[in-house]
Amino acid sequence: MEWKSSYNKWQLTMLTVLRIIIGWHFMYEGIVKLWNPGWSAKGYLTDSAGLFAGLFEGMAGNASIMQAVDFLNVWGLVLIGAALMLGVFTRYAIIAGMILLGFYYLSHPPLIGIKYALPSEGSYLWVNKNLIELFALGVLLVFPTSRIIGLDRLIFGRQEHLSDQDTSTPNVSEKRKEATHIS
Amino acid sequence: MENNENNHLPNEDRKINRRDVVRGLAALPVLGAFFVGTGVKKSRDGKIRDSILDKLNVDAAAPPPVGSMEGDPIRLGIIGFGIRGEQLIRALGFATPAWKENMKKSAMKNPNDTRLKDLMEQENLNVKVTGVCELFDVRAESALATVTTDQNKPKRYRTYQEMLDSPDIDAVVIASPDHWHAPMAIDAAKAGKHVYVEKCMTHKWHETFELYDTIKSTGAVFQVGHQHRQTQSFLTAQDIIKKNVLGHVSLIQTNTNRNSDNGAWQYNIHEKASPQTIDWDQFLGNAPKIPFNKEHFFRWRKWWEYGSGLSGDLLTHDYDRINCLLNMGIPKTVVASGGVYTHRDGRTVPDVFQIIMEYPDYITGTSQEAGKEKGMTFIYSATLGNQFNRSTLLMGHDATMELGASLFVYPDPRSTRYQEMIEEGIINTDDPMYSYNPAAKGVDAVTGATAKYFANKGLMYTYRDGKRVDSTFLHLKEWLSCIRHGGKPSCGIEEGFQEAISAHMGTISLRTGQRVEWDPVTRTIKGLENIALDEINMV
Repeated sequence: MEWKSSYNKWQLTMLTVLRIIIGWHFMYEGIVKLWNPGWSAKGYLTDSAGLFAGLFEGMAGNASIMQAVDFLNVWGLVLIGAALMLGVFTRYAIIAGMILLGFYYLSHPPLIGIKYALPSEGSYLWVNKNLIELFALGVLLVFPTSRIIGLDRLIFGRQEHLSDQDTSTPNVSEKRKEATHIS
Repeated sequence: MENNENNHLPNEDRKINRRDVVRGLAALPVLGAFFVGTGVKKSRDGKIRDSILDKLNVDAAAPPPVGSMEGDPIRLGIIGFGIRGEQLIRALGFATPAWKENMKKSAMKNPNDTRLKDLMEQENLNVKVTGVCELFDVRAESALATVTTDQNKPKRYRTYQEMLDSPDIDAVVIASPDHWHAPMAIDAAKAGKHVYVEKCMTHKWHETFELYDTIKSTGAVFQVGHQHRQTQSFLTAQDIIKKNVLGHVSLIQTNTNRNSDNGAWQYNIHEKASPQTIDWDQFLGNAPKIPFNKEHFFRWRKWWEYGSGLSGDLLTHDYDRINCLLNMGIPKTVVASGGVYTHRDGRTVPDVFQIIMEYPDYITGTSQEAGKEKGMTFIYSATLGNQFNRSTLLMGHDATMELGASLFVYPDPRSTRYQEMIEEGIINTDDPMYSYNPAAKGVDAVTGATAKYFANKGLMYTYRDGKRVDSTFLHLKEWLSCIRHGGKPSCGIEEGFQEAISAHMGTISLRTGQRVEWDPVTRTIKGLENIALDEINMV
């Protein structure tokens, strides 16, 4: 059976590569922490600033909360990374990844007049790499690829781009319908 | 999207074909590459880390052994309940009602402030403060209110001599002005009491010898209040020195930088202070008789008659921090200078001070050929007009150790010992090759900048078994353990003697404008035998 998606070849390639390299990044960040028994998010959280600094510092100040935060963070990163790379349960992984990145961003927002002890390798104002990665995941959320290339294709079936329910953008749906055919 | 039921294909199309499998598993090779890559990297980093750690072979030295606090409570007398006296009694487990109230409010505002909770959860040292001696009524009442319990009704003594006569006191904690340290400690030891005394151990030259002889002859358990000896990073640093990680240390740099009124000893003068509420004559003791002066009573550190200046007050901290690592003892020669350059408020002790101590025969160890291992200079400089943070550095031929609550060892690019590892790229001379952060769970080699930033940010506590503890508490506990079970406190009379003589040499050099030289045989200062050394601290 031959099957075509609504994405052209380059769109599909770029979206899939983006998904896999973000997955790689997540997974490596998780693995590094997993392999370093001395690692804890405590220092990072203690260094928080901005509107939610109190919340994050509160987390850092409580040993049992910190244990849970460290565990969830490390395994969250590893599992989200693996899921993005393999394209399995990708939608959940993307949402979880966006939440994690949201936490990182909110604990260290690059605001005017705020300096962090943690050295930064670039120059940022309001927008930093966490925020960019968060929105890159947002792009992947609305342009999914895992049911074209990824294990979701085997679990949930290959993607049908034409959504009968999608009445908000009928023109696009129609286009997709035309572009998607199985022979 | 993918889990949307409406998007699923009709059943006949859900059959999985070969293309589905290929595309479904398309990312597997990437995952394979990921694991190969991380595996190779981990193995390389691990080899580097292990080879550095093997080479250095550093272990955190064990904390001083302490025995059980069980048995009859030790009955303590507290002499002096000023700023430091209050802190010491709190470390023993008794906080003033006002402090508790403040901490409660602070914890309500900021849940991270666990000082009250930490104190409540602190191990019970099984002591009873049965006597209080304090010359200012307000503080004496505060001390009584602090240490009174249902089982313990402490007594206020008007003089410390009366307290020492009491059979209800086993040991005393002395937190008086410096000029009272030695007379009180000597009398206490002679009265059969054990002694914990704040630094500087003595105020005058001759007192140092008298106190030394008294402690030696009475066998009193004696501890000087240099609590950093309990700090875990210093215990690790001791092992770094022992394993000759630094090579020949030729220069040590220590500093004090403060820029606040409190840091410049401009303490609060209590509104109720008056000749009626303060026993002024007793405060003066061996100091020149002058009329009642509130400022002298509350800010005594600013005058030579009662305080020991930056040399006895703050150099002693840094000197003892290094002496507990190197056991270098009393320097051969000392040069000091300084002046009052910021706080021209009538004080007589300088607010800027530097001292250079020479140890021409001292050997830390070496990796070089014989003949290059001897000699070391210790420099301390202080200002009370600037608070730029300058590190404590021990500078060796092979590496430099930066020492605080955490610890970093930087390889020297011209090191003999690490030459091969530097050439092979195993050791990078831009980064610390070893770090110890007591707040983290382990030691680390090849540390990036981040760890250092965090360590300097405030994770600076002393840890025991992963739990944050007050080092003053540990220092008192060690003293109490020695009282109960025997043993030698880590800052006993030998260490206190070296600390006091070194500090007094600094003051003598400062005040005479001369380089002073210690004669270890006659235990005198060469060439100054005819000068009344005791008067140097009085003029």
